[in-house]
Amino acid sequence: MKIPDDYILELKKITKRFSGVEVLHDVSFTLRSGEVHALLGENGAGKSTLVKVITGLHQPDGGEVYLNGKPVHFANPHDSRQAGIAAIYQELSLFPDLDVAENIFVGRQPTTTAGRVDWRKLYAEAERLLSSLGVHLDLKQKARHLSIAQQQMVEIARAISINARILIMDEPTSSLTLNEVADLFRLVRRLRQEGAAIIFISHRLEELYELADRVTVLRDGAYVDTRPLNEVSRDELIRLMVGRTISNLFPKQEVEVGEVALKVEHLSRAGSFHDVSFELRKGEILGMAGLVGAGRTNVARAIFGVEPPTGGQVFIAGQEVHITSPQQAIGYGLAYVPEDRQAHGLIPPMTITANISLPMLESYARRGWLQDALERSTVFAAARQMEVRASHLWQRARELSGGNQQKIVLAKWLLTRPRILILDEPTRGIDVGTKAAVHALMSKLAAEGIAILMISSELPEVLGMSDRVLVMREGRITAHFSRAEATQEKIISAATQAVGALS
Amino acid sequence: MTEPRRPKLAGFLWAVVRLREAGIGLFIIILVGLVTLRVPAFLSPDNLLDILLNISILAIVALAQTMVIITHGIDLSVSSMIGLAAMMVAFVVKQNPEMPALLALLLGMMLGAALGAFNGLIITYGKVPPLIATLGTLSIYRGLVFFYSGGTWINSFELPKSFKLLSKGTPLLLPNMVLLALLAALIVYYFLNHTRAGRDIYAVGSNPEAAQMSGIPKQRVLFLVYLLSGVACGLAAVLWASRFESAQTNTALGFELQTVAASVVGGVSISGGVGTVPGVILGALLLGIIQNALTIVRISPFWQLAAQGLLILIAVIVDHLVQQRAQREVQS
Repeated sequence: MKIPDDYILELKKITKRFSGVEVLHDVSFTLRSGEVHALLGENGAGKSTLVKVITGLHQPDGGEVYLNGKPVHFANPHDSRQAGIAAIYQELSLFPDLDVAENIFVGRQPTTTAGRVDWRKLYAEAERLLSSLGVHLDLKQKARHLSIAQQQMVEIARAISINARILIMDEPTSSLTLNEVADLFRLVRRLRQEGAAIIFISHRLEELYELADRVTVLRDGAYVDTRPLNEVSRDELIRLMVGRTISNLFPKQEVEVGEVALKVEHLSRAGSFHDVSFELRKGEILGMAGLVGAGRTNVARAIFGVEPPTGGQVFIAGQEVHITSPQQAIGYGLAYVPEDRQAHGLIPPMTITANISLPMLESYARRGWLQDALERSTVFAAARQMEVRASHLWQRARELSGGNQQKIVLAKWLLTRPRILILDEPTRGIDVGTKAAVHALMSKLAAEGIAILMISSELPEVLGMSDRVLVMREGRITAHFSRAEATQEKIISAATQAVGALS
Repeated sequence: MTEPRRPKLAGFLWAVVRLREAGIGLFIIILVGLVTLRVPAFLSPDNLLDILLNISILAIVALAQTMVIITHGIDLSVSSMIGLAAMMVAFVVKQNPEMPALLALLLGMMLGAALGAFNGLIITYGKVPPLIATLGTLSIYRGLVFFYSGGTWINSFELPKSFKLLSKGTPLLLPNMVLLALLAALIVYYFLNHTRAGRDIYAVGSNPEAAQMSGIPKQRVLFLVYLLSGVACGLAAVLWASRFESAQTNTALGFELQTVAASVVGGVSISGGVGTVPGVILGALLLGIIQNALTIVRISPFWQLAAQGLLILIAVIVDHLVQQRAQREVQS
């Protein structure tokens, strides 16, 4: 039995309401120094709200927060920072126009007695800090030119520089490459060893097993359980999270594959990928694996006409085509669901209806005038088929959860009745329940004869959903596996090793 | 990674356009060279002094405008603040001809501070977007000029000599006005680069939410830049009335566009977070030289406005291209 005093942070029966709706109900949470504590739950389970209560961005309507055994109350994020709590959010909070060193010390630059910023000391401190973390960055580089992984390192350095004892990381790995994830984990382990307490949020269960000591599961705003990770199985975790057993996460049905829908030969685009060739058949799901930055998205964008290729040929249903714009691509029956929903897939300030009807607006119009009733009924049917959870169809897309946003993007493209569907990271950042729904939908679409090209960095997804798997590395295809041949190890080695290991 | 190889000249030009200040500097040198070939008198000390006199007021206000734009704001009311402060100061000076000129300068700055503070309050407390807030006060302050003056002007003969010499006097070799502009540039340079408050201005413009999270008093920073803009306009107003020896209901009408132009041409980004003092000073200098050169080579004043507009567009397009290329270099 542990003495309760050894918790650095303790939340007791936290309740939070937004305009009468309870989003957190009696949530308790404990954190020790020197542990990585995972926070797990579907989207909308209340993880983000809980984090915002800890950092003082939200004030709880009920319950208490104890820091080192003493009750505390944070009025704003600045208060919690002063108390040694630092959060690293999914949307990184660096200053793109300031350099690395200044980003670490912004708002509290060292000054001389005369009040002048002591630049020499600032750079020396930054240098010392980064090298103590084992990170090598050009101190004078502007943050806008850093990779996401480097930006995270700067944020971590900033947290360390304010002597943060509690570090909250909200999905830090979602846009990192495998190597970068390894670097990050090394750093997190090191911080843990030095006695920091870390709250780690991730949807990737494998990562939690690799890194975390304990896990707390939330469901629908309520506390479910806290367990040591080495005592709980993966299936058990999923059951705790969704409150039911998801027997098969990747329900790809066996489908009779038809004729070739899309054929790509020696496709190249200077500076991003070279000599890419593959075939995609009706009813088939072709998985595209590889590290972030391997050129997979560029291939998809080239086929869809966003950044037309500079060499090679594309055939659709046997006919050579030259697609130079997305409009043309849509005309050929292509649909592309991009990776970055906020930036490329949705228009966040527009309503759900307007977003879904966008690519097909012309078909709802008569002599240039939109037929509202027709648009509404079509959109309503599509949204219902996708089980979009929203209060009404005039809600703005930006107010929805990530999973629901993804459903809207899918609904929007399915209304174009595509024959070839390109999905780029279709389940990144969405919860297990929605993920299963997306996978079931993909399987159903394939059964209807749609050819699907799926880009995914999540290996279980690639292995579970694909009929065949292509692996790309540094702009080239390095391997090609059938469903039977593909294994996690083979894909990783093709994604990371030099060209020439081509099977 | 090795630097991609480029032909020498292209590499040099790339380095020049990338460093904004060097780019404008080069452009100014070429322009001066071409104009001098045509009209050698362009380089005469008298003409050069004339250019400096013409851009001093612009530089002072553009420096303040730059701080505002760095926070991702804009102050459209500068012309009306100058008009109102000039009218009020000229009126007080007319009533009290014995008043020391320096006191008039202080009075102008205090009046400007009050007007700027009002802008700041609307923007921080009223949560009105800067563009709208200052568009409103642009009209309000100009309206007050008419209200205060009853539509009349204050003419040269009504102002004391000491006041008129305030801007043009040369006790220290250069005209006071030019020295004041230089002093303002040095102060703003030090402020922006070597004080926390100055760095906070960049931080707020670069990422407002993150600034707040880092404990930077965002509202106070915003209030400060509009206040300073008012102070600069107050100073500019006194110099304006002194230099042109009058205060009119339409003093400085349309001047806000020139200040924005000087900032943007000088490399200040309208989306916030970016801008330097040397850049703005060169931007103001370039605008002044173009105006002067077009007059000297006898091109119609109608073209001067067009030239200014063209310059802004070129500056923004070059910026865009440079950024795109820089981004590509980072990616590759």
